[in-house]
Amino acid sequence: MNRHAVAAIYKYEMARTLRTMFQSVVSPVISTSLYFIVFGSAIGSRIEEIDGISYGAFLVPGLIMLTLLTQSVSNASFGIFFPKFTGTVYELLSAPISPFEIVLGYVGAAATKSVVLGLIILATAGLFVDLEIQHPVWMLVFLLLTAVSFCLLGFIIGIVAKNFEQLQIVPLLVITPLVFLGGSFYSISMLPPFWQTVTLFNPVVYLVSGFRWSFYGVSDVPIVASAAAIALFLLVCLGIVWWIFRTGYRLKA
Amino acid sequence: MSALIAIDGLTKTYDDGHTALGGIDLHVEKGEILALLGPNGAGKTTLIAIVCGIVNPTSGSVTVGGFDIIDDYRKTRSMIGLVPQELTTDAFETVWSTVSLSRGMFGKGPNPAYLEKVLRSLSLWDKKDNELRTLSGGMKRRVLIAKALSHEPEILFLDEPTAGVDVELRKSMWAVVEELRQGGTTIILTTHYIEEAEAIADRIAVIRKGEIVLVEDKDALMRKLGRKRLTLELQHPLDAVPSSLSDHDLTLAGDGTQLIYSYDRTAERTGITRLITSLAEAGIRFRDLETEQSSLEDIFVELVGEDA
Ligand SMILES: Nc1ncnc2c1ncn2[C@@H]1O[C@H](COP(=O)(O)OP(=O)(O)O)[C@@H](O)[C@H]1O
Ligand SMILES: [Mg+2]
Repeated sequence: MNRHAVAAIYKYEMARTLRTMFQSVVSPVISTSLYFIVFGSAIGSRIEEIDGISYGAFLVPGLIMLTLLTQSVSNASFGIFFPKFTGTVYELLSAPISPFEIVLGYVGAAATKSVVLGLIILATAGLFVDLEIQHPVWMLVFLLLTAVSFCLLGFIIGIVAKNFEQLQIVPLLVITPLVFLGGSFYSISMLPPFWQTVTLFNPVVYLVSGFRWSFYGVSDVPIVASAAAIALFLLVCLGIVWWIFRTGYRLKA
Repeated sequence: MSALIAIDGLTKTYDDGHTALGGIDLHVEKGEILALLGPNGAGKTTLIAIVCGIVNPTSGSVTVGGFDIIDDYRKTRSMIGLVPQELTTDAFETVWSTVSLSRGMFGKGPNPAYLEKVLRSLSLWDKKDNELRTLSGGMKRRVLIAKALSHEPEILFLDEPTAGVDVELRKSMWAVVEELRQGGTTIILTTHYIEEAEAIADRIAVIRKGEIVLVEDKDALMRKLGRKRLTLELQHPLDAVPSSLSDHDLTLAGDGTQLIYSYDRTAERTGITRLITSLAEAGIRFRDLETEQSSLEDIFVELVGEDA
């Protein structure tokens, strides 16, 4: 294990994050606050409780997931796309590092940022609504696993993308719709039966549901299904990363 | 015993079907400076990239320090520092952070004193907190050298280190290379400048169209490169070289209108005075003369018997 390499990459990436801290923290905090003002307070006051939870409080887990997913994907994809774009990836490829160590450094740094961001948004939410977290440990586990798996997805996108458009299209066209349609702002049970079934094919549903369960003890799908879904997603991403490094796909000629 | 770097039967065919290397055999000894000399597109960068692990070989084997570059990549790669041909750097990082990153990536723990020494030797110390985008091309090149040296490698690859670099910087680069060699570092550099190979290499490998066409000690090669040709344009064409001139190394060309004399410009006696005297005695008059240095191209032609 080349621990110096993992540490060096992690430190370098964290330094990059800190340099852009302002953009990366301020904008999600502002947009979350706006969501709370508009949906939580203004509109939310006219919406009846869902599963016995005020709408404002109901929103919190979904909003954290929204930011967590989009930020994880975009940060992790940038982290590895940039060296490819500038050509500095030559160093990564010529260094005595295993794929696992590369992933640990890059994805570790991106996931750290996501988790911190998630916690900041949680704290921001606390300013607007009364929070209740029934299962804090599970809350953290879900936060962490979600951050890691979506950072892995971002890492994959960063490697596969050939240009900046491709880099941005996945978060925009895939992640955001999946989150919006994934029960972030409503309970699945509010949908007509047909759409409830369709929704079950959206992986984000399982994440949001499990995460919300850790807050309020209520969920759209069984908690076991949520845990299984995230584990499966994590394994699939790991498998793809492993394949990429084994074949050198888009990295080596 | 065996060479520090042993490349045997190495080939590379890129995905587009282009064969960049067609069977390279090359051994590099510990402590030497080897220049890989060849025109653009010869395969120099490809060869280096394979040894460093950036490009996958198609077939053949490469060992570094006796270790296979694929099976024992950790051992081989930690012995190597690479300065790439392109000036690729992050824009917003500082010199210090990028050099520290390199050292860590190659498996070494922090050692600020050593990094300071490297930066000072490359006149980069006062730039250590500058962002890379603010540096000139020459300084970026030196940053890349500092990155390559950051983990104290035994072997340094320099891919066209002085391409597009001004004369002064080129000289200082050569000085850096010489200093490293004295410290025991084995250096492989690529270039398409004969003078560069002449100035710093111990041995020169000439590569052309993915084949090594010659590997020779610099001194021997320079003797070949030192040969010049004197072409005499004759007033009256000759049928053959007159027998009175037979002890000069002459050939007849241009349908008998030219006499060509080849000589070693670095030799103590070039034989030109004696030739001119003999020509006058034989009553052969010429109206023009020209000398030309045999070039790398000529050597290619000589070696492979076709246009380079
Ligand atoms: N990634 C690549 N894909 C396809 N062909 C390549 C690639 N890299 C280099 N080549 C080709 O391989 C040949 C050798 O290139 P290179 O090793 O860069 O030569 P040199 O460094 O001697 O100029 C060239 O014809 C070049 O066009
Ligand atoms: Mg080249």
